[in-house]
Amino acid sequence: MDAQTQQDLFEYTLRLGDDALTLGHRISEWTSKAPFLEEDIALGNIGLDFVGRARLLLTYAGEVENLGRDEDQLAYLRDIRQYRNLLICELPIGNFADTMARQLLVDAFELPYFQALSQSSDRTLAGIAGKAVKEAQYHLRHSSGWVVRLGDGTEESHGKMADALSKVWGYGPEMFITDEVEQRLVDAGIAVQREELRDGWQAQIERVLEEATLAVPDVSWQVDGGRRGEHTEYLGHMLAEMQFMQRAYPGLQW
Amino acid sequence: MMSSQAVCQPADEFDALKERLSALCDPEIPVLTLEDLGIIRDVSREGDAVIVTITPTYSGCPAMDAIASAVQQVLDASPLNGKVETVFDPPWTTDWLSEDGRRKLKEYGIAPPAGSTSKRALMGDYSETVSCPRCDSTNTKVISQFGSTACKALYQCQSCLEPFDYFKCH
Ligand SMILES: [Zn+2]
Repeated sequence: MDAQTQQDLFEYTLRLGDDALTLGHRISEWTSKAPFLEEDIALGNIGLDFVGRARLLLTYAGEVENLGRDEDQLAYLRDIRQYRNLLICELPIGNFADTMARQLLVDAFELPYFQALSQSSDRTLAGIAGKAVKEAQYHLRHSSGWVVRLGDGTEESHGKMADALSKVWGYGPEMFITDEVEQRLVDAGIAVQREELRDGWQAQIERVLEEATLAVPDVSWQVDGGRRGEHTEYLGHMLAEMQFMQRAYPGLQW
Repeated sequence: MMSSQAVCQPADEFDALKERLSALCDPEIPVLTLEDLGIIRDVSREGDAVIVTITPTYSGCPAMDAIASAVQQVLDASPLNGKVETVFDPPWTTDWLSEDGRRKLKEYGIAPPAGSTSKRALMGDYSETVSCPRCDSTNTKVISQFGSTACKALYQCQSCLEPFDYFKCH
């Protein structure tokens, strides 16, 4: 592998790892606070899927980088500007509708994304993606089910679901940006071209929203920056909590 | 001669090691061995070393660390040099669950996975028929797709009213 590809592959694996880590940590914040017991267990399991995926990806990123950094060093000892996750993954959990709206947008993207990545010429990424596909199927059924139930529910749940969707909608487009790093890896048969998934994603979301009697949000703004280390104000607070133990007790192991 | 007892044939040690590995149980479903589950993918020799290849069931399965260290302990107790390697490709599937494993799951009160994943992917069909492990009724309903561990869903039997775990087709 040439130096450019190695550097790109590290950056790319770190991005996917940070997406999984930040979202997994957010979902875990529901533990013991979900609306009822079964949902608490469901969110706990889903959060665990993401954190587990983050561990695999960050471990692999460390191997590709080849500077001796392991999953813990990458997760706990990088500062906010070195985080490469999509902004949608770091947003606070908000209320239950906010969490399900974010999850629907992400899950509907991840299922086809990891299906495509499971064909990657990088066999480690392909293997991790193969596991992610199966998990994403359950995640999408879960979030779609809730968006329909809340949208097509009471006046209040309908209103909260519509509000949640309009708040998160502008964070969706960042998922479809393929910059030059990823484009080089797409050309090498390693990464997945994101723009190509956009129409299928839009159609999938519209199907769910229609069943939920919800309109596609009429939102003209959109933001990006996570891949460049430009984050929302929320990530710093999350990292402060997530990294506390490792910062207070350097080298700590479970 | 004293030494004849201490010096074992390498082949015997290797077979003995394989036997001990095949007896290891899953920490969360102790009626199943790692072999039943298909978590131990391969035990092979490379020169003097023994390589045990394992594969995770779910990305975030918390039992994987316990499993890897249980395997390592068996290796450390053996006179052979051994190490554990984790592979992700091809990804684990419940299709690898042995027939014996399915029977043991049912006896333990967990409904085994219904059908095969390849068929499901082909048909896009998630409406699997899950039988109650206690009374065999197929009149069952899903309570939650996410159960007490990543690999299980929570069901209830409509005939005998028992709630039960279902080992998800994965
Ligand atoms: Zn029954």
